[in-house]
Amino acid sequence: MRLLGKLTWAAIPWNQPIPLIAGAAVIVVILMVLAWVIVRGHLPYLWREWITSVDHKRIGVMYTLLGLAMLLRGFIDAIMMRSQQALAFRAPGYLPPEHFDQVFSAHGTIMIFFAAMPLMIGLMNFAVPLQLGVRDVAFPTLNSTSFWLTATGALLVNISLVIGEFARTGWLPYPPLSETTYLPGVGVDYYIWSLQISGVGTLLTGINFVTTILKIRAPGMSYLRMPMFCWTALAANLLIIAAFPVLTATLAMLALDRYLGFHFFTNSGGGNMMMFINLIWAWGHPEVYILVLPAFGIFSEVISTFSGKPLFGYRSMVAATLFICLVSFMVWLHHFFTMGAGGDVNAVFGIATSIIAVGTGVKIYNWMFTMYGGRIRYATPMLWAVGFMVTFIIGGMTGVLLAVPPADFQLHNSLFLVAHFHNVIIGGVLFGAFAGITYWFPKAFGFKLHEGWGKAAFWFAIVGFYVTFVPLYVAGILGMTRRLQHYDVAEWRPWVLAAGVGIIVLFVSMVCQIIQLVVSIRHRDALRDETGDPWNGRSLEWATASPPPAFNFAVLPNVQGGEPYWHVKQHAVAAGQLAAEPDYQPIEMPRNSPTGFITAFFTTITGFSLIWHIWWMVGLGIAAAYGVFVWFAWRDIAEYEIPVEEVARLDRERRRARQEWLDAHAREIA
Amino acid sequence: MSTTDAVVDTRRGVDPYKIGRGGYGGGGRATGHGEGGPASKSVIVGYGFWLFLLSDIVLFSCLFAAHAVQRNATAGGPTGPELFDPSSIALETTALLLSSFTCGMAAVATGVRNQLWTQIFLLITGLFGAAFLVLEARDFTAMIERGASPQVSGYWSSFFAVVGCHGLHVTAGLLWLGTMIAQIYVKGFRPNILRRILCFNLFWHVLDIIWVALFTIVYLIGEGR
Repeated sequence: MRLLGKLTWAAIPWNQPIPLIAGAAVIVVILMVLAWVIVRGHLPYLWREWITSVDHKRIGVMYTLLGLAMLLRGFIDAIMMRSQQALAFRAPGYLPPEHFDQVFSAHGTIMIFFAAMPLMIGLMNFAVPLQLGVRDVAFPTLNSTSFWLTATGALLVNISLVIGEFARTGWLPYPPLSETTYLPGVGVDYYIWSLQISGVGTLLTGINFVTTILKIRAPGMSYLRMPMFCWTALAANLLIIAAFPVLTATLAMLALDRYLGFHFFTNSGGGNMMMFINLIWAWGHPEVYILVLPAFGIFSEVISTFSGKPLFGYRSMVAATLFICLVSFMVWLHHFFTMGAGGDVNAVFGIATSIIAVGTGVKIYNWMFTMYGGRIRYATPMLWAVGFMVTFIIGGMTGVLLAVPPADFQLHNSLFLVAHFHNVIIGGVLFGAFAGITYWFPKAFGFKLHEGWGKAAFWFAIVGFYVTFVPLYVAGILGMTRRLQHYDVAEWRPWVLAAGVGIIVLFVSMVCQIIQLVVSIRHRDALRDETGDPWNGRSLEWATASPPPAFNFAVLPNVQGGEPYWHVKQHAVAAGQLAAEPDYQPIEMPRNSPTGFITAFFTTITGFSLIWHIWWMVGLGIAAAYGVFVWFAWRDIAEYEIPVEEVARLDRERRRARQEWLDAHAREIA
Repeated sequence: MSTTDAVVDTRRGVDPYKIGRGGYGGGGRATGHGEGGPASKSVIVGYGFWLFLLSDIVLFSCLFAAHAVQRNATAGGPTGPELFDPSSIALETTALLLSSFTCGMAAVATGVRNQLWTQIFLLITGLFGAAFLVLEARDFTAMIERGASPQVSGYWSSFFAVVGCHGLHVTAGLLWLGTMIAQIYVKGFRPNILRRILCFNLFWHVLDIIWVALFTIVYLIGEGR
């Protein structure tokens, strides 16, 4: 038995310059950042305030940063794919097939699991407890562990760039291709273990948030007084609890096939590969809604705030959200109508798929009626929201088209499908993430993002999106299938080239986003928000300071109706002064804990050694994980107390800023 | 930690009529529908753990589904009924059900804060669990010796996966049980220890629920065919 399992020097792709240079560049950047952090003495601060933090706001920010970094990585993959196809007309292009296959597999995996998911979970982490008017989530240390497990998964996928290879299966490892008969390398194993580990993190997030939303809300915050984002977060996390175990079970079966020669999905020995496809989509379709429902919630908040009106049809919005939550489990077969399950089965799933669009339709009308008659301010978050509505309607209609089985037989696995799901994921989830980030950024950091660069980013993004994906719809109708490394049909060429132009426009948008961040940080004093309520908001997160203190609210708000902060604010404006100072009490908060980070450290080792069959290290990693569990369970002090003077001091500061705003507001009116 | 605090807090956790009526941050009177502010910690922990257990049941349901799909995929190899040993399965079932009973007795002893009987019943629970595992391991070896390894066919793959996954859960439960015994011994009936005892009880009973489903789907239906 070899000490390092399958791992040898040959695992590093010395003969492939692209991953090698990219990997080297990333390593150099990481080392430079690390060196800067250590030399400047920031390490203790980072460890104390961020890495070991169990504060939901900090964890939310870290999730969002992880999502943005991985979005960048996935976007680079996208540029490689578009440029390869632009070059590879009757030519080999610059990416050999085995590398191209890894690029599109990594692109899909990273974008869904390590960009879109962390962005949505990050925004939920940041905003949900604030909107519910409470101090933290139900299980703060578990929350930190969830984050670090997600980061572990992202790390393993990125390690595959320089040590070994990634899967060459597409973003879902369909058997029999993903079995060892056809892909004996470590690519699929990287996929399996990075998703198993981050999947556990996501499941724990789901448990954490459902418990938080159902059991921990400010006094008086009944279900039908919760902001819409909390409702969509609840629905998304219910879906996580019900769907992610399916992913875990399915990938575990695939792992048993690959590692121990089981016959779940093999060609021989009674394996059944269609079982994999059914199981993976029983997770995969709810996953679509896990991503887009929180985005719907963000748009609801943004549209209502920037229209200066309560959300139209709140109750129908709640009903539509829960309807989507339920029906999302009854449509999975539309991903493989071509399986040949027969006309009756296909008809049932085709009709269910068309029906689920009704829920989204209700939402679109509600958003439009929210805007109708409102005083609309086209700030950057609102631009993303309006861009989303237009784009998502188109994506929804092509989705309903694909839901018709006879049409699907023509369009299955074509670029039309690729254009459809990018239409809904970019137009829905990504626009939602950008809207949410610009909307809540001043709450998290105390200053707004630069509006000019944000608007530029929006316009380049929406133009770039259409220039990239409308041509792909056309190419798909012309019969171009997805994942082609090269092609020789002349009719496709102009459309592929147009898409290549589109990705350049999207690249400009990305540059604008980065400039926006840099410019905003440099001009943060000019962009500073002292009031804690920069957008004239309506829900409780705007009732506290920006950035909020660790305990969020000095006294838990007493909620009297829907849109609690809006009513409090109107009372204060009418009276010209804030409500009487509350009776401050000392506050107990959970102590920071390195448990999550240490767990993730050993999980990374365990995952890496599972991928490379280094069995002694697997045993060591699991033993260490158990050790961490016992060590954490043995702790005696889990909480610390913030003294009443500190609570009073911070809250009086906030009240002073609010009173100043009230006085200025009164002068303005007079 | 003061003992009086512990008593007050846990009475709140154990009394079913107090569900959702909590002391999070100062005496909220939640009815479970959330009008009264955050629920008590024991409610939150129990609720969260139930959600985890539900997700675990979903995981098992996938394995059950896989076994149902592959019930005839024996690929020319042996079938289940040819190799099942009904008396051994009956013994396993008995051991597991008895362990659930003793686990419940441990909870009763915890309710009256009797350290000695709590430990004794937890120990008996662990012994029954270990006996179950030994019997199951014996079954597995016998089957593999008679040519029914998981590599033989889809049927045996799914059989070993679903039964083995339950066995792994029992193993993890035993590790937890050992840690729990040590914790109760060292730390006594502190509020957080009591919440963990509650969660362990839930976990152990759910293993029983899954075994009942497994017994029916894998063994009874298998025998019937």
